[in-house]
Amino acid sequence: MTQIDYTRAAKYFLLADFFVGMKLGLKYFFAPKATVNYPHEKGPLSPRFRGEHALRRYPNGEERCIACKLCEAICPAQAITIDAEPREDGSRRTTRYDIDMTKCIYCGFCQEACPVDAIVEGPNFEFSTETREELFYDKDKLLDNGARWEAEIARNLELDAPYR
Amino acid sequence: MADFFSNTYLGIALVLIGQVLLVVVPLLVALAFLMYADRKVWAAVQMRRGPNVVGVYGLLQSFADFLKYMVKEVIFPAGADKVVFLLAPMISLVMALIAWAVIPFNEGWVVSNINVAILYIFAISSLEVYGVIMGGWASNSKYPFLGSLRSAAQMISYEVSIGLIIIGVIISTGSMNLTDIVHAQDGDYGLFSWYWLPQFPMVFLFFISALAETNRPPFDLPEAESELVAGYQVEYSSTPFLLFMIGELTAVVLMCALTSLLFFGGWLSPIPGLPDGILWMIGKMVFFFFIFAMVKAITPRYRYDQLMRLGWKIFLPMSLVWVVFVAFAARFDWFWGAFARWGS
Repeated sequence: MTQIDYTRAAKYFLLADFFVGMKLGLKYFFAPKATVNYPHEKGPLSPRFRGEHALRRYPNGEERCIACKLCEAICPAQAITIDAEPREDGSRRTTRYDIDMTKCIYCGFCQEACPVDAIVEGPNFEFSTETREELFYDKDKLLDNGARWEAEIARNLELDAPYR
Repeated sequence: MADFFSNTYLGIALVLIGQVLLVVVPLLVALAFLMYADRKVWAAVQMRRGPNVVGVYGLLQSFADFLKYMVKEVIFPAGADKVVFLLAPMISLVMALIAWAVIPFNEGWVVSNINVAILYIFAISSLEVYGVIMGGWASNSKYPFLGSLRSAAQMISYEVSIGLIIIGVIISTGSMNLTDIVHAQDGDYGLFSWYWLPQFPMVFLFFISALAETNRPPFDLPEAESELVAGYQVEYSSTPFLLFMIGELTAVVLMCALTSLLFFGGWLSPIPGLPDGILWMIGKMVFFFFIFAMVKAITPRYRYDQLMRLGWKIFLPMSLVWVVFVAFAARFDWFWGAFARWGS
């Protein structure tokens, strides 16, 4: 005749585990919720966050990119396409600078490779589109992004510069 | 005019239809909000927010879901028997709804005050199993079929112990009429004259058996999302699936109503001085639904063999022993007549 474990039997029939679970459930029922109420609230981002690309300019308005094609060479997904020609005033500039955002893997190598901080990955991640074609960014689009996000990009670069 | 409504066939029919609508329409609207409440409670226990986008605080979420189900395409699996395939969810829903014909919400507020109300409800819950079996069989697919057989076996196993538990209450009351059962709980001690006190162990057994009967967690293996996807409902798409969903939730609310009527005094007020009324009945039903939803959130699932073992080897002996005990207590007036309340 096996020994009956009375404590265990009592706990089983008095539903002890169940009440402990219920108490825990009620505690969490009233606890503050961990949900981030996107889009009204957003999660925190660091200055190093790699989002939508942008082409920056100097403070005097001159575009930074000098068509060195280091970014095109380093890109692991070969998402960047560059054509270059001397401009009317003789300086070295791009005529075409396309980033295929559907090929891009958002690794940030291009911004690491750029010697003049022309191509950067900004803090924007909300750029979804309804057609694929809109995601094939060209130079105008990228320069545009640069203008819109410059303040935040400049701030992020300033914060991250000590570590680069 | 009163003559028209009480003596002519047409008048009586109209009154009856009116009563039925008065029960069914608020029930269905309440069901929509209870489904929302179920999701919110489940989310809250898991420290997340649940639906909060569709209406103010997400209140219109169920209506959006209903709309979605109704405009989707109805898909018939190849080789499915169309008639049975469509009949199954209809049976599930209709059986769950017609059981509400005998549930009293207040003194005299019942569509059909029959003296065999409990027997009627039992018959209906046994017929609900047909909807499940037909759904699985008509899907012409292995896994829904197995899921439906499991679900059907589970439902009939726990019906046995529910029956015996209710017999304990019936022995104490001396009548199967639900209004009489509530009257038998109308005593001088308010809350403490209700049946939960003398029949305390059976409250828990009834509640757990009700969980198993309606395929609610922790007994939802036949329709668990991660195991059988949706069990016997997996081949169903839009409106038929909606009918299954509503039918299941209606059965849950029916069990909440039965718990409040059989053990917790129905529409009686817990404090002797305060007036009784339908608000107490609704409050109790909502409270028990809250407990149903909390149990869903906090318990892990029972494996199927554990579930069947619980039904046959633990609940059935316990409820049998209890029926014998109540029979003796009622016959020999033990416990100051708490078990023998007929004639009160």
